[in-house]
Amino acid sequence: MLRRIPGAKTQTRMQWGVLCRNAGAKLVVCACLAALAAPPASAATSMLHKPAPVFVRTDLNHRKLDLRAYRGKVVLLDFWASWCAPCQVEMPRFAAWQRQYGPRGLQVIGISMDDDPAAARKVVEKLKLNYPVAMGDVKLGESYGGVLGLPLTFLIDRRGIIQARFSGEADLNAMEQQLKALLGR
Amino acid sequence: MKHCMMNRSRAAAVLASILFLASFTLFSSALQAQSSEPASGPGSAYSVPKAQLMQPETLHKLLQARGAQKPLVLQVGFHMLYAEAHIPGAEYAGPGAEPSGLQNLQNRVSKLPHNKLIVLYCGCCPWGHCPNVGPAYARLRQMGFTNVKVLYLPDNFGADWANKGYPVVQGQ
Repeated sequence: MLRRIPGAKTQTRMQWGVLCRNAGAKLVVCACLAALAAPPASAATSMLHKPAPVFVRTDLNHRKLDLRAYRGKVVLLDFWASWCAPCQVEMPRFAAWQRQYGPRGLQVIGISMDDDPAAARKVVEKLKLNYPVAMGDVKLGESYGGVLGLPLTFLIDRRGIIQARFSGEADLNAMEQQLKALLGR
Repeated sequence: MKHCMMNRSRAAAVLASILFLASFTLFSSALQAQSSEPASGPGSAYSVPKAQLMQPETLHKLLQARGAQKPLVLQVGFHMLYAEAHIPGAEYAGPGAEPSGLQNLQNRVSKLPHNKLIVLYCGCCPWGHCPNVGPAYARLRQMGFTNVKVLYLPDNFGADWANKGYPVVQGQ
């Protein structure tokens, strides 16, 4: 408790000092707890119009997958998993876009959020995907604002800036329109 | 001669019908595989009775309430999603869509009284496509649990829990 004693400024300052130190300690504890907590709710949507977090992975074909290498291309970054039914409806369409718009500068990249790479590999083979797919993890998911539900797709422009985010069952026609607009820039 | 020709044309008609039916079946199953229509079978999330669904706000209040008996909250989805973010206090049970997940779930609750309030959740994908909550719910009911609720997350865990400001924690 802070008690004011007339004419005893030093003591008051000392008491303030103790209080501040206590408050400081509490702030440190709070900061540590906050650091343990997941990204804040707004993190996902605040990714828009910001540079896409870079990552380097080894894809399922054992080739290096470095997002920075696609600077100058429009990147469709798709987070998916083998257990996600809507994802598997989208992916053949993404493969078709890769064929159709690849020559104009589109690069589709898939990130599987499966716990087991074998499950992802089966889907890649079944759907005959024509674009690189790598395994994701918690760190990569967090860097994109949290992958807390699938499907989740980002459109990244030629400068590496995130221009669109589609969560859940997306309107693929609308996504294609946005994609074409980015390719035309 | 005439009889023989009639037999041949009848056989051709039967063969054509068989081929038509086979191609129709193949075509319909291919369409079904490509469709994003929500599943509605016994393992679907839609198999959970509406009365057994719990809204996020209700669970949040229940977890915040002082002195109230806390439910056992189990995540029955995929591990990576749990590790990224989950409801504070929730335990990972394993995916309800897989036999190993159901076995883990069964082991976790085997010693609990059958009237224990258990809340299951997943939120991996839109409700109608979730492969986990339906089988997990069915398994607990089969085991005789009478107070099982399923957290209703229509879009996914991110949109319907985390983005709405309800608390989450990370961890294995």
